[in-house]
Amino acid sequence: MSDDKKKDIDEISGVETTGHEWDGLKELNNPLPRWWIWVWVISIIWSIWYFVVYPAWPVPGGATEGTSGYTQFKELQESQQEIVQRQQQYLSDFEKAEFHQIMDDPGLYAFAMAGGRAAFKDNCAVCHGTGAEGGIGYPNLNDDDWLWGGTMDAIHTTLEYGIRADNLDTRLSQMPAFGKEGLLNKEQIDEVVEYVMALSSDEDVTQMPGHQIFQQNCASCHGPDAKGMHEFGAPNLTDGIWLYGGERADIYETVYNARNSLMPAWNERLDDNTIRQLTVYVHQLGGGVEEAAKEPTSILSPVKSMEE
Amino acid sequence: MSDDTQDIQLFKKQERIYPKRVSGTYRNLKWLAMIVCLAIYYIAPFIRWDRGPNAPDQAVLIDLNHGRAYWFWFEIWPQEVYILTGILILAAILLFFVTSLFGRVWCGYFCFHTVWSDLFIWVERIVQGDRTKRKRLREGPWTFEKIWKLVATHIIWIVISFLTAGTFVLYFNDAPTLVQNFLNLNVSTTVLWFVAGLTGSTYLMAGFAREQVCTFMCPYARFQSAMFDKDTLIIGYNKERGEPRGKHKKGADWTGLGDCIDCHACVHVCPTGIDIRDGLQMECIACGLCADACDEIMDKVGLPRQLIAYDTERRSEQRARGETPEPFKIFRMRTLYYSLVILIVGSLMLNALINRDLMDLTVLHDRNPLFVQLSNGNIRNGYDLKILNKSHEHKTFSLSVSGVEGAEMTLNSAGNITTDNIYVPADSVGKYKVFVQAPKPAEGHKDIIFTLKDLSDGTVDEYQSRFVSKR
Repeated sequence: MSDDKKKDIDEISGVETTGHEWDGLKELNNPLPRWWIWVWVISIIWSIWYFVVYPAWPVPGGATEGTSGYTQFKELQESQQEIVQRQQQYLSDFEKAEFHQIMDDPGLYAFAMAGGRAAFKDNCAVCHGTGAEGGIGYPNLNDDDWLWGGTMDAIHTTLEYGIRADNLDTRLSQMPAFGKEGLLNKEQIDEVVEYVMALSSDEDVTQMPGHQIFQQNCASCHGPDAKGMHEFGAPNLTDGIWLYGGERADIYETVYNARNSLMPAWNERLDDNTIRQLTVYVHQLGGGVEEAAKEPTSILSPVKSMEE
Repeated sequence: MSDDTQDIQLFKKQERIYPKRVSGTYRNLKWLAMIVCLAIYYIAPFIRWDRGPNAPDQAVLIDLNHGRAYWFWFEIWPQEVYILTGILILAAILLFFVTSLFGRVWCGYFCFHTVWSDLFIWVERIVQGDRTKRKRLREGPWTFEKIWKLVATHIIWIVISFLTAGTFVLYFNDAPTLVQNFLNLNVSTTVLWFVAGLTGSTYLMAGFAREQVCTFMCPYARFQSAMFDKDTLIIGYNKERGEPRGKHKKGADWTGLGDCIDCHACVHVCPTGIDIRDGLQMECIACGLCADACDEIMDKVGLPRQLIAYDTERRSEQRARGETPEPFKIFRMRTLYYSLVILIVGSLMLNALINRDLMDLTVLHDRNPLFVQLSNGNIRNGYDLKILNKSHEHKTFSLSVSGVEGAEMTLNSAGNITTDNIYVPADSVGKYKVFVQAPKPAEGHKDIIFTLKDLSDGTVDEYQSRFVSKR
């Protein structure tokens, strides 16, 4: 550093230096505009204001609260309230509408689908999967194979009261554990498994030894033609869709120990509007069934009336 | 601060500049550019443009709420934001092109900061008088005259700033409605915030920051020098002719003196406060006012004009060597490249705008589940359909599929919408769910083609997707 008060001018650039020197290198002094430092000072003042007004300083157990009382959680709650208010205009119509009216009104339909989609992800996806594709023991809701019926009303009832749930109105049926309870011996079970596997093929099954056993033990629920019965939640055994797997060992296990899985009664957890939204959503996943010829000139979804 | 550093100024106070009034060719050009630019800015939102009953009738409108931008004949949707990209590319290269030819004329004549600063300086001059008067007023004591003149200036500035900000928001709203709402004091807080913010920034930038913006804030000012070459027009002072400069009395002998009479007229008119006789400087915005000022003086002393003029570096070098300077060259490799790129990008964009499809189909295959097996053994795939109806009429479409044997299609929707009768309102997107089921194909994946037909005029759009039947 130079001790004299004269300006130190760099020879090459002709610019004043700061007087600082490192190993022969000098720093040129190209002064910043004064307002620049004012911007900096204002930023500091603003940051102090911010520290006071907003939650800022980390302290044990959280942070200082700030005089404005702002939190992101409050902001979230406010925007949620706003959404609820916006939903209200649809909800009042939705509450009054029958399912067929919902299916006829694009606004209500979109409302039901959007609400149903969200509620499905929150509540149903745990078992049925995010795409409702199901899994072993959890039905695929996209297909046209229904245990308890695929009409709007049937789906709504299933959702409300559940299956084998802890609820008085729940859908209830119980397949006996034919092997464990000694109703059939192992040879008989083998024969009926053989028979069930043949049901979904083109073979003539009436001459098989399992036919007799099936008619005596299984037909009361699954029907003499094994096409299932929605009243008992008994699956159709003639199609290629298997809830617990279609391999010999899977079916043997089902007949021997029986399978009785559960679905909760959602009326204890969700409000009726959400359940009705879910009903429309599940119905529209692709497998929904029309009310059987209740209204011949139904204004229900045109989806099923399309037959090419 | 210790003694040995007290001379060093690390921060420099802004020196107030009082640009003097000048008249001449470039000043006239600058007035013209300013009037045209301001007129376009203030009038454009009020121009009406009939687009039919289902679209806004404002010629220039950016409708953020509905995601549409309108410009006279053209309209773009968010999907077509590449056109905006194209406009930006075109604008950038146009700037490069003009800069490589004529230097920073954008800065000097057309930049909104220049235009508004010029307007504010004009207001200053109308209220407070020309350079000397302004300087005296500002540096003098606080008299009644000083107070009312300063207050008047600032009030006019703020009114202009408010009108500027108010006009800006008109580009994003229906202009007559919003003006009416303003008059009824009934505008949204968003609009108010924007107007307040832009009023503040206009007042601050054009009123106070002025040349500081060009020198310290603007990136374009800095990188434009990268487009300069020896044949770029810059404001040049003819040193060979002007030097040695010196005062000259009328009728006195010119021996030993250059043409520059050191009157500082060029310095007094400069809006950035530089002395152009020091050569090309980063602060220079190529506005040419110094050339006008010098020409005026040269006329008075009876010497030829153009001591300060738009000139090239090559010409001044040639003059320094005592050669006759070559004329200004427009056709150079650099300008040729730029014009080629402008031509290519411009025609691509024009083509995109003119041949813009008014309908568009996109099909998104369901990800989960990829396919569903039905009880009769058939395979079903789900697709999300988006039908863009960019026209201003309500349309009905039909949809068909091909490529998969025995495919049957069903459409999931409310109301009486079938694949033969898909209704999409004007200027909107129809979203539908479609299921296609078919006997299980031998291949796991098949290409499936969706064909959308506009029932009113038979226009067809296709989209190829996949029909999946195997994991």
